[in-house]
Amino acid sequence: MSILSRAALIHDASSRMTKYDFIRRVNWGKTAVVAVPALWLAVFFFIPFLVVFKISLSEAAIAVPPYSALLEWDLEEAYLTLKLNIGNYLYLLEDAFYLDAYLSSIRIAAVSTFYTLILAFPIAYMIARAEGGKRALLLALVILPFWTSFLLRVYAWMGFLKKNGIVNEFLMATGIIDQPLVMLQTDFAVYIGIVYTYLPFMVLPLYSALEKMDMTLLEAAEDLGCRPIQSFFLITLPLAVPGIIAGCLLVFIPAVGEFVIPALLGGSDTLMIGRVLWDEFFLNRDWPMASAVAIVMLIVLVLPIMLIRNGQGKEETV
Amino acid sequence: MHHKKIGLTAALALALSTSAMAEEKVLNVYNWSDYIDPKEIKQFEKETGIKVNYDVYDSNEVLEAKLMSGGSGYDVVVPTGAFLERQVQAGIYAEIDKSKLKNYGNLDEVLVEKVARHDAGNKHNVPYAWGTIGLGYNEKMVKERLGNVSLDSLDLIFNPEVAAKLADCGIGLLDSPAEVMSIAMNYAGMDPNSEKKSDLKKATELMKSVRGSYKYFHSGKYISDLANGEICVALGYNGDILQAQSRAEEAGQGHKIKYAIPQEGTLVWFDLLAIPADAPNKESAYAFIDFILKPETSASISNFVYYAVANKAAEPLLNKDVIGNPGIYPSDEVKANLFTQNAHTAKFDRLLTRAWTGIKTGR
Repeated sequence: MSILSRAALIHDASSRMTKYDFIRRVNWGKTAVVAVPALWLAVFFFIPFLVVFKISLSEAAIAVPPYSALLEWDLEEAYLTLKLNIGNYLYLLEDAFYLDAYLSSIRIAAVSTFYTLILAFPIAYMIARAEGGKRALLLALVILPFWTSFLLRVYAWMGFLKKNGIVNEFLMATGIIDQPLVMLQTDFAVYIGIVYTYLPFMVLPLYSALEKMDMTLLEAAEDLGCRPIQSFFLITLPLAVPGIIAGCLLVFIPAVGEFVIPALLGGSDTLMIGRVLWDEFFLNRDWPMASAVAIVMLIVLVLPIMLIRNGQGKEETV
Repeated sequence: MHHKKIGLTAALALALSTSAMAEEKVLNVYNWSDYIDPKEIKQFEKETGIKVNYDVYDSNEVLEAKLMSGGSGYDVVVPTGAFLERQVQAGIYAEIDKSKLKNYGNLDEVLVEKVARHDAGNKHNVPYAWGTIGLGYNEKMVKERLGNVSLDSLDLIFNPEVAAKLADCGIGLLDSPAEVMSIAMNYAGMDPNSEKKSDLKKATELMKSVRGSYKYFHSGKYISDLANGEICVALGYNGDILQAQSRAEEAGQGHKIKYAIPQEGTLVWFDLLAIPADAPNKESAYAFIDFILKPETSASISNFVYYAVANKAAEPLLNKDVIGNPGIYPSDEVKANLFTQNAHTAKFDRLLTRAWTGIKTGR
């Protein structure tokens, strides 16, 4: 609605210009505004993606660079041959291990995203309902951890979780346990690491969804005899859905490809696709295979997300 | 105000001197972290007037990825034997003209010959330092669980019954498939460099039978974990374990760490100086390598980093606690029991990595 009224205002203001003039000006600015991010995406996403895709269709070789060329010129016969090796993709299907690794990554990311959501919702709710000055302070506190290196913060968790670490010492001193708990090098530690690291990415979109909420809706519900718990599920939660979806995507996508957290906090048996990629690249020195693993990961991630976004788009137009 | 002026002058000087810079001699070194006495770099700069840009890495894989992409810009790099072997095949190193190295004769001929297994005629390398992979252990914690047995045996980590008794105090292994599997193969009486599928399968089964007793596979964590008593046995690099030893002493929590070269024999590795074929400052590289080969420089490095150098002439200059430490400079008898690990074919590397992931994750 507001967009419409703003457009009407602009139209009034520009009514003195000729119609032709007006359209030309707007389009020129629009093109420039769209071109910058489009160019950015092309240079830093699309071209690198094509390079990786190209490498995934070649074969590993002991050379610099360590893979075969796709195009070969035979000058005498004037032949240009294009050799595409899809063997890497077929190999991904052949060994169930890769499927295992993808599924395991998705499972770990999904579980962590769920816990992040459970933890972030009350935080975002509290911040959105806080008074002006207090709200700014609370928001700053959510962002504050970014001022310390991510790596250092994960290392700090190692100090908390290890055998003679702070958590175990505290629990033993208070007599709750008499044997130290094994927490480090387990999936549990990986969940803690991911939830902790990505919490702000969930809190901020949730906050922005909850903050925009019209409080009179809740008052109306109460007046009509709705209990608080009912009005939460009937009003607050549905209105927060865009924030929930945005937050979950922001946590889930990087968590699937996470390498550092499982490497530092996880056990040797924590299988994630980031680790498989590392092994292909560095241990097998098979850049083409590593590229194929990366491309498939992108497809596995991007397709469902595009479907979700499509669904969302339809909902909004309805 | 004053500072601003200096900054401006410096920027101007920099801009004006870029053309003159080409004349100034520089050297780009890429070496392992904590692998040289920093005062030797200063000494080299003073003696030759060559400016050294010194970068560090912490794994052969990182070095290899940089070199294989081409145009790394480094003049001297320090890969380990098996890695150099494959990199020579890829043609990324220049042949070394030994007539330009007047100190080459200081090297230990026996060791130089061993290195030739990686690089025929040692055409592309000059040995820098060497060491072993062996057992680091917390004597008190292990003896509490095993009684009075000799602790210089790989039984500690490869015999399922013995390892099971140590599981509660923690065993950590290097996360390095080629190295650990060759030690396991050697322990089980096979050729450590075998590429037979049946041998790999046997070694994999051996590892799987003890996997339940291992706490983790990691190539760096064991240093502080040994020192803190977080684990009681590690299969790791000798220099790292000696570092854990001195850290444990500093911490003063009563943990005493020892290093043993296993009686069953183990892997000996060599880190080798090499010059990339596209190195921009080859003359500077020769000057640096020749400087390293001086007995005083080599001795100072060995005394500082607690790794052995392959420099015979440096031995009289070594500190007693270095040359007298059998964990750094083992006896000839022990040395005879050491084997080198060769570069594998790409096909075997794939099988090996797959088997290793299977061992680690139980899949």
